[in-house]
Amino acid sequence: MTADIAADSLLAAPDATGRFGDFGGRFVPETLVPACQELESAFVEAWADPEFRRELADVHRQYSGRPSIMTECHNLGARLGVRVILKREDLNHTGSHKINNVIGQALLAKRMGKTRIVADTGAGQHGVASATAAALMGLDCKVYMGAVDVERQALNVFRMKLLGADVESVESGSRTLKDAVNEAMRHWVANVGDTYFCLGSVVGPHPYPYMVRQFQSIIGEEAHAQIHEMTGALPDVVVACVGGGSNAMGIFAGFVDEPTTRLVGVEPAGGAAIGRGVPGVVHGMRSNLMQDEVGQVEEAVSISAGLDYPGVGPEHSYLAQIGRAEYPSVTDDEVVEAFHLLSRTEGIIPALESAHAVAWLTRESAQLQGQTVLLNMSGRGDKDVAQMMDILDGRI
Amino acid sequence: MDDQVRSLEAALRAKRAAGRKLLVPYITGGYPGWQDAIRACAANGADAVEIGIPFSDPVMDGPVIQAASQAALEGGIVPSKILDEVPNLDVDIPLAVMTYYNLVHHPGPERFAANLQRAGIAAAILPDLPLEESGPWCAAADAAGIETIMLAAPTAPDERLPRIAARARGFLYSVGLLGVTGERASLAETATDLAARLKAITDLPVLVGVGVSDAAQAYQATRVADGVIQGASVVRRLMESGPDAVGDYVAEVRAAIDAD
Repeated sequence: MTADIAADSLLAAPDATGRFGDFGGRFVPETLVPACQELESAFVEAWADPEFRRELADVHRQYSGRPSIMTECHNLGARLGVRVILKREDLNHTGSHKINNVIGQALLAKRMGKTRIVADTGAGQHGVASATAAALMGLDCKVYMGAVDVERQALNVFRMKLLGADVESVESGSRTLKDAVNEAMRHWVANVGDTYFCLGSVVGPHPYPYMVRQFQSIIGEEAHAQIHEMTGALPDVVVACVGGGSNAMGIFAGFVDEPTTRLVGVEPAGGAAIGRGVPGVVHGMRSNLMQDEVGQVEEAVSISAGLDYPGVGPEHSYLAQIGRAEYPSVTDDEVVEAFHLLSRTEGIIPALESAHAVAWLTRESAQLQGQTVLLNMSGRGDKDVAQMMDILDGRI
Repeated sequence: MDDQVRSLEAALRAKRAAGRKLLVPYITGGYPGWQDAIRACAANGADAVEIGIPFSDPVMDGPVIQAASQAALEGGIVPSKILDEVPNLDVDIPLAVMTYYNLVHHPGPERFAANLQRAGIAAAILPDLPLEESGPWCAAADAAGIETIMLAAPTAPDERLPRIAARARGFLYSVGLLGVTGERASLAETATDLAARLKAITDLPVLVGVGVSDAAQAYQATRVADGVIQGASVVRRLMESGPDAVGDYVAEVRAAIDAD
């Protein structure tokens, strides 16, 4: 059973306006304000209900595959001079950490009497997880996905359809994740009565960033106990990739109150909201955002569809502002190398998203000699194999 | 412009007092022909015009206004270019802007409000800035004499509406349906229902927008509301046929809502 958060934790609930420091809030069309308020009440009430938490834990144990295991990378570790331990969210049902959030949200949707869920997706991982949860719980599911991503993640599109979801290709704007979120929000505005908006990351209007973090915090809670069992100590570094930032918030949740553990969120160089962005307002939240000189949102460009997002969760902006977490970036080339390296040395094909964390680890290994690094392996790379076949063709 | 024209609310209240139904078309700023389209609105019976300042991620807009915004952005439009043109429009009706909050947040509310004031804009509509988040903008707008038009939606419980009305200046924007901007085959029942709820609690002019799609629907809506906003139906004509077609359409709606 998940422990509740102490009031003095750095991971406390946001304030009454849904803010973590200066970040967060609820910048939505008036039509959606009552829906966000209803969702906030429903979540707070469910989260405090032992019966809801038991049901969630049961589904995770019997369906999602929790707890996920930890794997020490002896080969990579010896090569880098760093003790490397992976939290294996890639072994979850549907292949990533996304299931942790959607099971929670789908249970909540049912509890609220909603019959349909609408979701956004980038790489398709959240879309597949949403379609899976909807199939399990008898909900209708519609998934919005940018046309660019529909093309580069054809396998996940087919998976969603196989699971009974209706996939809508989004042709507006940059035709990637941010536009899928816009279109899912527009759909929610028009269907707010019977439809539950199942956001895929720690982004959006309050209560989503808080709620999704709570649903993902199981990663950090398990890992905290597991790493102690494996090493007898806390890790020196916890590292995870950051697009919207849900897998990173999930694992950070277990360690944010451990001052000796360094928290590192790795952004893609082409979508570095914290690294290159300034505070802005989009998708219902105030957070770091890549934007041009007048405030138009810029298009993120990344090899990984799941990190192709110009914004970031508001709690990450807060952790960056107070100096509790750091947010370096890695290039697509470094990610390709890391993808290949982990596959060869450990027999683990990482998702391109997760390979960002591996890329940071390998690049910075000289500074990490003798340290223990806990890396969130947020997803598996099966979905990326076709794309990587083109990129690595001739080298393998 | 004299003060009467500069205050949108004063202008609309005076016209309402004279028995006139109010018509406010929306034109996407920066779309080719937008200036002439605004002049055509003014010449054909519009009581004010909403000028859209295009934003990259317009979550309250449907396909027509999205397409116009995207075309304007691809043409290189920026907010300052639109505002610079406003004094050259030379129309004798009040002008409002409609845009999304990031374009206000980026320069900061004070600077944005001052820019509007300098251009001669009377009022602003920010559809992704609900009551609870509106404090910093409203303070800056009030100080600069810019009227903030608030939106009320069919989903609002009764207790919420008077709080929205109390913060609204200019007029109260009654959202016609659950959904984003765009044309619909018929006027939703929610349009007249919400307008009636608002008329019962406020003396502000109440205008219905979102989903009021033609002259007949505008007539229907104005049997309950003080007026209508015409967005996608106007912008589609601008995109398909140009500013003259916008003028013809505004005249048609004007005639319809003036009928007894």
